[in-house]
Amino acid sequence: MDKQQILKILERDARTSPKQIAVMLGEEEENVAAAIAQMEKNGVIRHYKTIIDWEKAGKEQVFVFIDVRVSPSRGVGFDDVAERIYRYPEVHSVYLVSGDYDLRVVIEGKNMKDVAFFVAEKLSTLEGVLSTKSSFLLKKYKSDGDMFVDVAAEERLAITP
Amino acid sequence: MKPISDVVQTTPPSGIRKFFDIVSQMQDVISLGVGEPDFDTPWRISESCIFSLERGRTHYTSNFGTPELRKAISDYWQEREGLEYNWENQILITVGVSEAMDIAMRAILNPGDEIICPEPCYVSYKPCITFAGGVAVAIPSYMEDEFRVTPDLIRAAITKKTKAILISYPCNPTGATANREMLQEIVDIAKEHDLWIISDEIYDRMTYDGKHICIPTLTGAYDRTIFMNGFSKAYAMTGWRIGYACGSAEVIEAMMKIHQYTILCAPIMGQVAAVEAMKNGYADSEAMIEEYGRRRRVIVKGLNHAGLKCVMPGGAFYAFPSVKDTGLTCDEFSERLLYEEKVAVVPGNAFGECGEGHIRCSYATSIEKIEIAMERIARFISKLKV
Ligand SMILES: Cc1ncc(COP(=O)(O)O)c(C=O)c1O
Repeated sequence: MDKQQILKILERDARTSPKQIAVMLGEEEENVAAAIAQMEKNGVIRHYKTIIDWEKAGKEQVFVFIDVRVSPSRGVGFDDVAERIYRYPEVHSVYLVSGDYDLRVVIEGKNMKDVAFFVAEKLSTLEGVLSTKSSFLLKKYKSDGDMFVDVAAEERLAITP
Repeated sequence: MKPISDVVQTTPPSGIRKFFDIVSQMQDVISLGVGEPDFDTPWRISESCIFSLERGRTHYTSNFGTPELRKAISDYWQEREGLEYNWENQILITVGVSEAMDIAMRAILNPGDEIICPEPCYVSYKPCITFAGGVAVAIPSYMEDEFRVTPDLIRAAITKKTKAILISYPCNPTGATANREMLQEIVDIAKEHDLWIISDEIYDRMTYDGKHICIPTLTGAYDRTIFMNGFSKAYAMTGWRIGYACGSAEVIEAMMKIHQYTILCAPIMGQVAAVEAMKNGYADSEAMIEEYGRRRRVIVKGLNHAGLKCVMPGGAFYAFPSVKDTGLTCDEFSERLLYEEKVAVVPGNAFGECGEGHIRCSYATSIEKIEIAMERIARFISKLKV
């Protein structure tokens, strides 16, 4: 069975049932269910979640992208600094990147003040953090492959040869 | 005013038209009647056209089409199938396969010449033949044979007037694919009787089980085959109107003569986009084709579950189930299904007489919609039974 095919289907819609996937791939339902269970167990499938347009849902929130320059020292590498950061629940994501900065951190907060406080009090004061550069998110167009803008309605004719 | 020409008057309007008029008056219809991809053209392709427009590429091109595109097509077939088509005189860019079909007929037919045309087939073939002064000789194919034409029937239909055999696999409307032996036999028949082969392979990439057999690669086929393909289906580019024909320099020159005086050239915008499709569009189109493959199983399972016999189509994006067990004709079935359950399909007889008793269900529609449509069809059939 082609497990990548299962993953592609689930990545697009995690609610697709093993039964539906089995039909799509021409496989038995039990085998698909077993393959999914195995991938859940061995961590290929980490977990399932929902893509929410929080702005539409009326929730006030701000995101800020922070580029962090780090000076690793003996015993305190990038991983250690990253861990100190990613353990905060308001940290949305942390990446080690190439270029002028070392870590790219995305932080979520209720408002600017909230986020500014976090950067000033928590992030910049961490040992090993040399400097930070923050950019606030103004509008989300596409995120993790999902469009956050309304796309035009289908224009196809209803019946064509 | 004097009347419209006899040929045009006696050609019936497309069977598809009638349903279109009804569907457009209704709301909440799920249409399985659409013969084009539901995906938009991959962005890289559209964007390449926008870029070229900004640079003022808005002029006529060579009658044959831009050298860029012809070279890209030549390279593509060389790489994929080892086919050698000289870009300078063996490839003609047309306004879709539609135009290629029209001018191929006009290029080879004298009045009264016959073309053998396996049915069910794409709705335009017969009219193209008739408009060109030829006679379409229909050969039926049936579900029992997975809608593959029997070469013996072709042999039996050959007369002194036969000029060509028209083949198109994967097939619209049946989704049938062909196998090598059968195609080779058809090529052998063509060779024996010195006939042209016109091969519309527009759905070649949408072959789900096994590999598509490209007719000009078969022994003895290359010289006599007018090979047609286009961008509408595999690259979701229906509105761009770009297709092409490949063949001997002689026949391409003849087709070009008609094209030159009637069309001049295919639109440059579409040609530019098609170059991007040929060069960098493969992965995007693979992703769409994978999705059709998944939908294909969902729709066939749904149709069978609803009680309609349906063979697993090997290609294109159509399923062609039989509705004979319901006791309704395909017209009755399609019309009532539309009015009672708001699902639009195309009656099989729109694609030739032997399509009677079948309906064409396109799966170029999202899985969610296909699933709802299958529930509605199942409900419709269970109501018929009581
Ligand atoms: C078998 C077949 N040939 C040709 C065409 C026309 O294609 P094009 O858009 O290239 O004119 C279609 C479109 O539905 C088709 O199904």
